[in-house]
Amino acid sequence: MPTLKELAKRPERLTPGHRLCAGCGAPIAVRLILAAADKPVVAANATGCLEVSTTIFPYTAWNIPWIHSAFENAAATIAGVESMYRAKRRRGEIDEEIYFVAFGGDGGTYDIGLQALSGALERGHRFLYVCYNNEAYMNTGIQRSSATPLGAWTTTSPVGRVLPGKTQWRKNLTEIVAAHGIPYVAQSVASNWRDLVNKAEKAFHTDGPSFINVLASCNRGWRHEPSETLKVMQLAVECCIWPLYEVENGVYRLTYKPKEKKPVEEWLRVQGRFRHLLAPENRHLVEAFQRYVDEEWEKLLKRCGEA
Amino acid sequence: MKVMQERVSMGLNGNAAAAHAMRQINPHVVAAYPITPQTDCVERFAEFVSEGLVDTEFVTVESEHSALSACIGAAASGGRVMTATSSQGLALMWEMLYIAASMRLPIVMMVVNRALSGNINIHCDHSDTMGARDAGWIQLFSENAQEVYDNMIQAVRIAEDMRVRLPVMVTQDGFIISHAVERVELLGDEEVKTFVGPYKALYSLLDLQHPVTYGPLDLFDYYFEHKRSQIEAIDNCLPVIEEVGKEFGKLSGRFYGLLEEYRLADAEYAVVVLGSTCGTAKEAVDRLRDRGKKVGLLKIRCFRPFPKEQIIRALAPLKGVAVLDRSVTFGGFGGPVFTEIRSALYDVSPRPLIIDFYYGLGGRDIYVEDIEKAFARIEDVVRVGWVDKHIDYLGLRE
Repeated sequence: MPTLKELAKRPERLTPGHRLCAGCGAPIAVRLILAAADKPVVAANATGCLEVSTTIFPYTAWNIPWIHSAFENAAATIAGVESMYRAKRRRGEIDEEIYFVAFGGDGGTYDIGLQALSGALERGHRFLYVCYNNEAYMNTGIQRSSATPLGAWTTTSPVGRVLPGKTQWRKNLTEIVAAHGIPYVAQSVASNWRDLVNKAEKAFHTDGPSFINVLASCNRGWRHEPSETLKVMQLAVECCIWPLYEVENGVYRLTYKPKEKKPVEEWLRVQGRFRHLLAPENRHLVEAFQRYVDEEWEKLLKRCGEA
Repeated sequence: MKVMQERVSMGLNGNAAAAHAMRQINPHVVAAYPITPQTDCVERFAEFVSEGLVDTEFVTVESEHSALSACIGAAASGGRVMTATSSQGLALMWEMLYIAASMRLPIVMMVVNRALSGNINIHCDHSDTMGARDAGWIQLFSENAQEVYDNMIQAVRIAEDMRVRLPVMVTQDGFIISHAVERVELLGDEEVKTFVGPYKALYSLLDLQHPVTYGPLDLFDYYFEHKRSQIEAIDNCLPVIEEVGKEFGKLSGRFYGLLEEYRLADAEYAVVVLGSTCGTAKEAVDRLRDRGKKVGLLKIRCFRPFPKEQIIRALAPLKGVAVLDRSVTFGGFGGPVFTEIRSALYDVSPRPLIIDFYYGLGGRDIYVEDIEKAFARIEDVVRVGWVDKHIDYLGLRE
């Protein structure tokens, strides 16, 4: 694991000048992950904020080979790149060691890209798939995804007289990926550089598919000040809404345990998308949110041998 | 199974002929998903991989969308890439077809033509390939298994030519060609290797010294110019397709052009046909010629890019033309072949009269007698001097 000083000396692979919003969690995650690669890296990107904001023709913010083709197929695209690499290695046409990474948002990963991801994981390509999860379709203007938490306001789960925002809980993609039995799966957050770099490094060193689900705030969608990004993301971890853990060859390990588990309300309170939940008539929803988080947390602690 | 150094004639169906071409081409990457009637081709290629007869990385993807996505990633990484599909598979690839062509990736795809759902049908028509005609791919149609094999090998050279760098579809008619065993002459393995030559990588993702960005956001300030250059690129490939066809002819004795004219030189009436029905049409032409009718066939091998000038030259002297379309354009004015041919002939004076026949949808058989009927109809139209019914059907119960 490199020190912060060493990381700062690594080449900038996603360069300044890209047009992601101030306070966006995605480039924080991407820069940390790419800094963790101690060998050359080739990236694929699903359609989404990260892709459109970094490559407005004729400019590109990428200092590494990079490909975007469509929304649902980042995993299949990088699988093709990695297959060509293997074919060329076998024929002696290339001898460098290269890492392969695919980036997708929660839309491109939890939803429309799930099939391509599952296929690529099952086939065992050597690549890292990173989901930068901002919990809704932010690129198209804040629509709900299957990663959006219960009760969140989005433009397709608006708060109205009858409905209090999204009525379903999010699905647990990290567990779905872990069920593929691939060698390395992790959940991390863009606010904890040490945790994220450590996991990315492990993932790049994995001989086979690896996956990291990174919580990365979108202040436009979550409705908080751009300057609050790190704090809001970290609060999700402290409330155990977004636990940091890894599954290495089937073995679960909690990589961060909050000293004091904070109530979910603290996280809900700092985001405009949950404002309506704080009204007295929606108290039951906050309680349901807390119960769900508690149950999930307990399950995870058991898996990690912590309970 | 052994490697074939020498030329050999074998009894092969169209799928096997394509698979043997793929074996001899020995691409870096094949990513494919099985679908009837193409399955047999993918199975045979999997056997070649399993037997160690190719050095190909064979990616057994979970869908056709991922098949072409993986092909795009692989082709952008500087190597030779092939795939194969049919019908719904091609439809599922639709989004990626445009992207592959826009990125100028020389992928070769074998398409076994099959009707599109619904209702579901596994037999031949051209609705799958014709639905992809505007995607920016070169499209070569095959009359029989030999042409499938020959087209596959030529497709690699055409796609990778520095004046082209575009993806190519080689089509064959589902079951009629894909599953019918014919005598096919295969070139020797070394001959094919020499003919296709080594792959020349352009803008490879694996060229770490020269990092490239593929697939950026391209807005109103540049997109239009990029499309303009893509139009230029595909239009420019006609001479390359002809050159490669001649060179292949010198090697194999089987010469290929954009079109094939059959007994057309002195004809007054012609049918225009694509694919396996050309064989049936040749028989109809022969029978009518025996009865003294001045008839011929224009077979279109290359439908994209559309060889407008060559088609005008071939059809302009005729009195009447009957186009046979094996796919429909719902709500349109005739099938895709008809509309293009009719448009191409608009500036010709005097113009032949032109009619269209839909035929063979969902694998409905077409007989020599059907094509004789088409000739009889166009002869009647010319006798009357005007077209009273532009679009009709062959082999339909009404």
